[in-house]
Amino acid sequence: MFIILVFFLIILMVGAAIYAIVQKDLLYAVIATGVISLILSALFLLLQAPDVALTEAAIGVALTTIIFIITIRNTVRHEDDFKDRDDLKSAVK
Amino acid sequence: MKKLIVILLLAVTGYFLVDSFMDLGRTGPVVETGVKDFYLDKTVSELKVANTITSIVVNFRGFDTLGEVTVLFLAATALGGILYKRRHHVGERSVLFPSSPIVRAGSKLLFPAIVLLGVYVFIHGHLSPGGGFQGGTIIATGFLLMLLAYDNFSVSHNVLSFIESFAGIFFVLFGFAGMWAGGTFLENFLPVGTMNNLFSGGIIPIVYILVGFKVAAELTGLIYTVLHEKES
Repeated sequence: MFIILVFFLIILMVGAAIYAIVQKDLLYAVIATGVISLILSALFLLLQAPDVALTEAAIGVALTTIIFIITIRNTVRHEDDFKDRDDLKSAVK
Repeated sequence: MKKLIVILLLAVTGYFLVDSFMDLGRTGPVVETGVKDFYLDKTVSELKVANTITSIVVNFRGFDTLGEVTVLFLAATALGGILYKRRHHVGERSVLFPSSPIVRAGSKLLFPAIVLLGVYVFIHGHLSPGGGFQGGTIIATGFLLMLLAYDNFSVSHNVLSFIESFAGIFFVLFGFAGMWAGGTFLENFLPVGTMNNLFSGGIIPIVYILVGFKVAAELTGLIYTVLHEKES
């Protein structure tokens, strides 16, 4: 039962990671990476590492996601919004 | 051609790295016995700390923790250095939407609870899971919530840098105090008390409280700098 739960969580993680790569809307991709961190922290808790689980929950889920969202608000939201380097430069500036 | 040279250089470096790290810890009698029994035994018999991970991270491998804190400090410093010229004055920022009254009221309610949880986590680092890094990060998320909810919520950079330098200096000073008391860097020199009490474990709670303050100040400053970047 425990093994099944762990494998289910791992499959969810892989699914979220693939979604984050495929998704063109960067906001959704960032939230998918946040979901990866959330599942990872649950996995750490299940595998008897509560210290690491706390760190992962605080840094991976909250701080990193928020910093990425702020970055998206400062630049562009969709991956197709810039085609070449100059576009990217003007977007970042 | 350039790529080939890079690949060759990486391969040579990798070969020597693997070659030198393969023998790490395999020479001598350490490999037969290992250090884990020593750690477990000392944690219970000498330091009287309930959480073995804390005793390893802060006491036996305290020097590594100092390195980690330094890495975080350098990252925060570099970010502040890059974004320093582009920062806003508080109250005139354009980075975020203005938030709704519901969010404001909710964050005001949640903020003390989050900070209290963070303080609890790092004060009880030697008794329960968690510690300085975890508690500090939780406090920083509380400040993040307030910064997102209120336009004019400001944190004084002077206070932050004062807390950070104070905690960092006292971490190193406690390490040297262990040396001065006749041991090694960060060796315990205070009475350890009884196991499972709040006041036990010698210098471990003190060092973790310092680390908690340091991490909280660093991450709060980092978020503050990122949030108050000018759009232009």
